[in-house]
Amino acid sequence: MSVQPVKFYQVGSWAAGNRLLRPEDRSVQADPQRANSLTSGHRACQGCGEALGARYVLDTASRVTNGRIVAVNATGCLEVFSTPYPESAWRLAWLHSLFGNAAAVASGVAAALRVRGDRDTRVIAQAGDGGTVDIGLGCLSGMFERGDDVLFVCYDNEAYMNTGVQRSAATPPAARTTTTPVVGAVPGNRFGQGKDVPRIAMAHRIPYVATATVADLRDLEAKVAKAIGLRGARYLHVLVPCPLGWGTASGDTIRIARLATQCGLFPVYEAEDGTVTATTPIRRQVPVEEYLKAQARYAHLFAPEPRRDLIDAIQAMADHNIDEYKLLDGE
Amino acid sequence: MLRQIEGSRAVAEAVAACRPQVIPAYPISPQTHIVEALAELVSAGSLAPCEFLTAESEFGAMSVAIGASAAGARAYTATASQGLLFMVEALYNASGLGLPIVMTVANRAIGAPINIWNDQSDAMSQRDCGWIQLYARDNQHAADLHVLAFRLAEQLSLPVMVCMDGFVLTHAVERVDVPDQSTVDAFLPPFAPRQVLDPGDPVSIGAMVGPEAFTEVRYLAHLRNLDALERIPALAKEYGALAGREVPGLVTPYRMVDADIAVVALGSVLGTLADAVDSVRADGIRAGVLGITAYRPFPFEQVRQALRKVRRVVVLERAFAVGVGGIVSADVYSAIRTPLWTVVAGLGGRPVTAGSLRGMLREATTDRLKPLTFLDLDHDRVRRELRAVGGAR
Amino acid sequence: MFQVRIHGRGGQGVVTAAELLAVAAFAEDRYAQAFPSFGSERTGAPVAAFCRIDDHPIRTHEPIAAPDAVVVADPSVLHQVDVLHGLRPDGYLLVNTGRSAAELAISGAVTARLCLVPATDLAREHVGKPLPNAALLGAFAALTGLVRLDSVEAAIRQRFSRPVAERNIAAARAAFDIVHAAQREASNA
Repeated sequence: MSVQPVKFYQVGSWAAGNRLLRPEDRSVQADPQRANSLTSGHRACQGCGEALGARYVLDTASRVTNGRIVAVNATGCLEVFSTPYPESAWRLAWLHSLFGNAAAVASGVAAALRVRGDRDTRVIAQAGDGGTVDIGLGCLSGMFERGDDVLFVCYDNEAYMNTGVQRSAATPPAARTTTTPVVGAVPGNRFGQGKDVPRIAMAHRIPYVATATVADLRDLEAKVAKAIGLRGARYLHVLVPCPLGWGTASGDTIRIARLATQCGLFPVYEAEDGTVTATTPIRRQVPVEEYLKAQARYAHLFAPEPRRDLIDAIQAMADHNIDEYKLLDGE
Repeated sequence: MLRQIEGSRAVAEAVAACRPQVIPAYPISPQTHIVEALAELVSAGSLAPCEFLTAESEFGAMSVAIGASAAGARAYTATASQGLLFMVEALYNASGLGLPIVMTVANRAIGAPINIWNDQSDAMSQRDCGWIQLYARDNQHAADLHVLAFRLAEQLSLPVMVCMDGFVLTHAVERVDVPDQSTVDAFLPPFAPRQVLDPGDPVSIGAMVGPEAFTEVRYLAHLRNLDALERIPALAKEYGALAGREVPGLVTPYRMVDADIAVVALGSVLGTLADAVDSVRADGIRAGVLGITAYRPFPFEQVRQALRKVRRVVVLERAFAVGVGGIVSADVYSAIRTPLWTVVAGLGGRPVTAGSLRGMLREATTDRLKPLTFLDLDHDRVRRELRAVGGAR
Repeated sequence: MFQVRIHGRGGQGVVTAAELLAVAAFAEDRYAQAFPSFGSERTGAPVAAFCRIDDHPIRTHEPIAAPDAVVVADPSVLHQVDVLHGLRPDGYLLVNTGRSAAELAISGAVTARLCLVPATDLAREHVGKPLPNAALLGAFAALTGLVRLDSVEAAIRQRFSRPVAERNIAAARAAFDIVHAAQREASNA
């Protein structure tokens, strides 16, 4: 008789699927009755951080509003892999217009709902980093400035992934993309560029701005719930690793996102009316090297010659964030 | 109600009577008076419920209209020239998604060089984007066409562009019987969208369509567009009966019955042409005018019928295709397939005078017109410029 | 058809004057078309506005090349812009000025139907602002008889708030009376 070894795992209390918790402490994703707004069958890559993030965000929004949401999606991976005509993976009311106008289209939807006297249905605009920080910035700023009742979620995988990994204003320094190739004295994306969109959002003094990642499901769900509970223009910036573009293993998506926060390169915080109100401290600080080494888009920093200068420069950026957002204070 | 009123104001009041629900606006000369008047009406509460949004660009404005329309609200905006071009991506998006948005285009030239005056380059540049295009011949027509446009758009689930010559019509104070609320209410029912964003019955709008189905989707849109050729005359008749006047629908002939030479044109120049024709008729030239209101879809059959007995056809264009010649000419030629003359007039706001039109008719009648003529071209200036460029080499 | 061209500078109410003239004609059940010389809005720059009045519907949309009357709201444009261009030999020329024709260097050869009215002074007196358009319309009504004074008044009332309208009407009336008196004097002479 063969013996089938069975492995038992001691899972932490806050694991995503933990159903041993009281119902009110469980995550939305733990609920078998969750909306499943982005259902299976879509064409995303294995390990896609954006698909994960979108599901987390919309299922939470759906729970909090009893299913009364409309999603406006910019052109990008999320839109492309979810709606190959004649199929759709969306189980909610969903509109895709263009690349740069998600915020404006969402403003229009919000206006229509207001006019029709519908105060219960909430509008979520979602876009990748390209559709937010570059081509989408004009419309985004307009929506913020008017204070339209829209929650805009940016799924930031730090490049134009849908079109084959080109640099965006969200691409971090030194990262390899097809338009910032690993050639010459400063390989990869240049230093000293880029836009800090959460801070741009804060400069508009909108009611709520927050950053989050797919590594901390509960934090993301809590921020979505909080955002939905408010009215006016709100912005959520979610870091979503892209295995293809970042050169990471498809099973590492959550781990990579966590490393981004723990090294300080991606600060996790909330802001209201233009001022930072809460930050998530780093639990176990790691040097940026640990984060960078895990991604092929930074491979040139380590081989053939280690680029200590560039790694140090990146560490300095992380240290600056830790300082600015007090990521190592207290706890 | 009969008023002596600025064209823009007449249009704004006609649009207001159509009970728009979401109006995004971005300013550009010469349409600004329209959205300003609407802002005033919305702020005063005369239009409730209606949301007026100041967009951050024309692209933003059309995008807001797209979202609003998809969510079941009657949406309207206005633009011109550079603004129309700035929203081109969104124009195709709106027609592709079948959203019945109505937009006024206050026809203006396109830069460079920057020019704020009237010609029809802007709307002409978008003749293929899938929007229905209607051209107003005067301010009464402009007001009436907007009412027609909302009903037509919602019937077909297609967006409609109402074109009116910038400044020449928008800023002219003329006698207009502004459609009153009861007339419009009798003609235009509340918006009942073909499909709508509704959490209670969710749909995905804006999917990606590949080679296996894209052609068919486009073809179906084309068929719906062609459908307008049937509906426009019927709607014009229905509305005209309610308003108590004739409303030009597809084409309008003037003294065409025994015309030997016909001029085809769109927009405000039709009025000036009528005067010119009356004048040369007194000299024995049997001229007539064929005014086109519906330019997209193009009324081939009506144009063919109207021009079939005419010996000479002149197409008076308020825009032209650089490196080619006429734009409307090509469509008219397709309809009639006999020789025609193209005359390009009034680019960048150069006035089109009855005197020049009379000259054109005389030259056409005696076969002295070239196939492509630029009316009132300053030949001296051209010669000087060519010499200057030639000398520089 | 009667065609009027009004010259002045931005901010003097030239465009409004043309519109009010059109509304006055409308009040008398006539057809009218008023439009400005189109351009970017700039205070102080020379502007022109046009008005056609007819008993039949007005179809044309061309500019007015041969006006039957020219109104000059600001004499400083007299020698800056060719205000007399196209004016018919027996056309009317109404100029806002307190000076004489000789001082303005307008010769009698231009037209016999010259009329000078101190419209800005009248405006200051009755309206409290140097906006000569209402006074010029009153003078125009008297000079040409193209529209009645009460039609001009009705147009003014329709356009402005009560107190502003009444002040402008006072200026119009004053100008009307001045021109009327001058005409009587001329015919008695």
